[in-house]
Amino acid sequence: MARTRTRARLRTSAIVASAGALLAVTGCGAADMTKQASPFAAPADIKTVTLSVQSWVGAQANVAVAQKILEDELGYRVDLVQTDEVPAWDALSQGRVDAMLEDWGHPDQEKLYVKDKKTIVSGGDLGVTGHIGWYVPKYWADEHPDVTNWKNLDRYADELRTAESGDKGQLMDGSPSYVTNDKALVKNLGLDYKVVFAGSEAAQITQMQQFAKEKKPFLSYWYQPQWLFNEVPMVEVKLPEYSDACAAKAPADIDCAYPTTPLQKYLNADFSKRGGDAAAFLKKFHWSEKDQNEVSEMIASERLSPDEAAGRWIEKHPGTWKKWLDR
Amino acid sequence: MATAQAATRTVPGPPGKGPLAALRDRPVLAKILSLLVIAAVAVPLAHARWGGGVWPGALTVDLSGPLGDVNDWIIGNRDSHPLFLYFFGHISNAVVLSVRGVYLALLALGWAGVTAVAALVAWRTAGWRLALTAGASFLVCGLLGMWVPTMQTLALMVVAVLASVVLGLLLGLAGGLSERTFRVLRPVLDTMQVLPAFAYLLPVVLIFGIGVPGAVLATVVYAAPPMARLTALGLRGADAGVMEAVTSLGATGRQRLLSARLPLARKELLLGLNQTIMMALSMAVIASVIGAGGLGDRVYQALSSVDVGAALAAGIPIVLLAVVLDRTTEAAGRKIGTEPTGPAVLRGARGWALAALAAAAVAVVGRFTGGRVWPEGGIVAIAGPVNTAKDWMVDHLYTGIPVIGGTADWAAHFTSWILNPLRSGLQGLPWWSVLLIVAALAWTIGTWRTALTAVLAMAAIGVLGVWDLSMDTLSQVIAAVAVTLVLGFGIAVGAARSRRLERVLRPVLDVFQTMPQFVYLIPVVALFGVGRAPAAAAAVVYALPAVVRITTQGLRGVDPAAMECARSLGATSGQQLRQVQIPLARPALLLAVNQGVVLVLAVVIIGGLVGSGALGYEVVFGLAQGDLATGLVAGAAIVCLGLMLDRVTQPTARRQRKES
Repeated sequence: MARTRTRARLRTSAIVASAGALLAVTGCGAADMTKQASPFAAPADIKTVTLSVQSWVGAQANVAVAQKILEDELGYRVDLVQTDEVPAWDALSQGRVDAMLEDWGHPDQEKLYVKDKKTIVSGGDLGVTGHIGWYVPKYWADEHPDVTNWKNLDRYADELRTAESGDKGQLMDGSPSYVTNDKALVKNLGLDYKVVFAGSEAAQITQMQQFAKEKKPFLSYWYQPQWLFNEVPMVEVKLPEYSDACAAKAPADIDCAYPTTPLQKYLNADFSKRGGDAAAFLKKFHWSEKDQNEVSEMIASERLSPDEAAGRWIEKHPGTWKKWLDR
Repeated sequence: MATAQAATRTVPGPPGKGPLAALRDRPVLAKILSLLVIAAVAVPLAHARWGGGVWPGALTVDLSGPLGDVNDWIIGNRDSHPLFLYFFGHISNAVVLSVRGVYLALLALGWAGVTAVAALVAWRTAGWRLALTAGASFLVCGLLGMWVPTMQTLALMVVAVLASVVLGLLLGLAGGLSERTFRVLRPVLDTMQVLPAFAYLLPVVLIFGIGVPGAVLATVVYAAPPMARLTALGLRGADAGVMEAVTSLGATGRQRLLSARLPLARKELLLGLNQTIMMALSMAVIASVIGAGGLGDRVYQALSSVDVGAALAAGIPIVLLAVVLDRTTEAAGRKIGTEPTGPAVLRGARGWALAALAAAAVAVVGRFTGGRVWPEGGIVAIAGPVNTAKDWMVDHLYTGIPVIGGTADWAAHFTSWILNPLRSGLQGLPWWSVLLIVAALAWTIGTWRTALTAVLAMAAIGVLGVWDLSMDTLSQVIAAVAVTLVLGFGIAVGAARSRRLERVLRPVLDVFQTMPQFVYLIPVVALFGVGRAPAAAAAVVYALPAVVRITTQGLRGVDPAAMECARSLGATSGQQLRQVQIPLARPALLLAVNQGVVLVLAVVIIGGLVGSGALGYEVVFGLAQGDLATGLVAGAAIVCLGLMLDRVTQPTARRQRKES
């Protein structure tokens, strides 16, 4: 009897102790899901900023330059988290990430987080204008100038056939994280094409480089600004003109070109208020497509590390970035 | 041999009995006949009601509404609901704190200290040869400029593996001690393993947000099942005689467990640990998609700038970690029960204490001389040469090789001659005939239970409304498995005959198996173009090692007496292979087929990243767009495909398990 009771008491006290330890370790009471830093962030009393990077090189270029200036000029330590845009919105609202420097327009997320929940605030224009479209390589467009209008595309469907597209022409699309209406466009414009998803930007770029090496024709969903244009010059195919009325249609009914989007920066609301120099700097960060491409090209084509590429750009353009630091 | 088998097979039933009795002696025929009878009744009914062709719309359930609501509810309540404040929030904090603790400890040890600890642990458990490998591996991680990411990954792995082991042990204990729990547990474990990791990254991200907590938990879901399975297996396999003896000595239940059952199951437990570590490492890269950091993140970032060299530099440390951890735990498992060797000073606790002292000394010296982080100057950049090599390879293999054509031509032929007809064939089959074929296959080699599971899994795919996409994926899986088997069996026959070839192959297979698939995505696209062909190539690369290993072992394991006998009867080596080795190694071959299927299926998602479309793309799409409905439904369909294929290809193991 006595023995079992002691044992039972021991067991209870062990449970209580371990529960207590857990609480002590994690902090008593409620755990705030919106305030959790990365375990790899710098140890105490070092100022850190966490930036989100998207998978395309342009986004890497923004972040590389911002990181270098934050570290060298303002004395911050910068952590990077690679995510797609939609998860990045999520992370911003939770405070896992402090800022996202290049958003291509997500009205749903904007409404939810900026207008309703107020956990994210706008950080202003990046200065770069984004445009999505259909592109063909320049060497092919030079031979057949009429291919740059969608009305003539069907004539070339045969030349663009691949094993994947079967008896239709191949329109290559990229990563699933991109905004695309291409399936609807092909259907609504009655084109003899099949959308083939490359599945990732890396796969799409590799395929385009391969086609270009052999001077083969191709038709691809692509976007500007993009460093690949410097390596593989491409010409945009004219689609029916963009209008707000057309963009407001249901996704399956869209039958016009993509809009031109001034790319936006977004900041976590809390960080925007208390982020000090870093937040002020990120709000002022503003550069041109040419600047961005210069850095992107160094990263992707010359295979410099983002850090090195940013370093070279910073050395060459003090006039541009010094302004971002003025208070 | 062959004639003897034929003779037994044609022995007729006892005379004077009717055709029913004859059927009893030929179960396969009986099963097929009864299936035909069922079909004759059910098919016309189903056809009249819902028609043929693709899965009927009337029998589908649209889950996008409810799943979308769940999605919105979580986002709306994540910052305020008690469930998050008092439960998930604490889990998340605990994970962050423990990973941070391990990470800081590793940094504090410094590169010299970590390398010394690794080498000494390897030496204690597996001998000096592995100690050299372990030490060298860590130095290579530093040389490649990957020291900090390696430590981040290691910290994440330590926490994830510990959590998986604890969870696996608990589940395994429950399953090992109670038959009923075991029966409930098995399908759960099956599902946890077949479920593609990408599919549950999404709900995990929704709840925990991106970053380390979600990554660790997703890893635990993936890595805990082998531990649970092997623990249960070990406990259930405890020698009955020993247990009887322990009971007769008056031991209580707990004493029996702690002093007899668990020690007896040590081998299985260590094998479980080994498997758990390997699974956890294979998640390291996938988890980087949700911001886990570390080596995986480096691979993933290199991928986005199409930089194979940089991806390889981050992939090599993953391979090295895997090899070192695998060999160390494997050696520890082998050593169990053997007598300690070597001088007395180095045995047991004293040896460990000595090792700890040595490690501490190295760490202190390292801190004072070299510092904590790997020196910047000591980095060898391999990215440039690797990219040059890849470009050369692509330039010369892509197209225009005389006679055999280039890789691009093969890919095009593979797609239009094999994949396309297979896909249109499968998609063109009436839905009920697919169910019938599945039932027939599963039933002929299994029991009616396995057949039922397979058919229900297939039907679930239809109900989820992704029938067409699943047939597309299925056609890719079948084609890739076929290629894997042809190549794998060919290589294995060679390896089974030549020890030297096997030795040469071993490291190559190791690399294939542990190299993160993200690393070879770009070369595969560069060689085969975008589409289903590169996806199949990636799947073959991933599944081939297991098939080669299992088949080689099976062929080697054939009774030497039987081989000798065949040889003395004058059989040529081809005859030996066809008529002795292959029939005798049948169980191993079946297992190889099964593993081939399971592993190929695991790469379906990765295939989505290089243009394979179908279910893989849908899952990736769901994750990228935060679309729970699309991602989860496609993920569930992959699970169902996996269950069905598993049941259709692996009946023998299940029967054996039931007997034991």
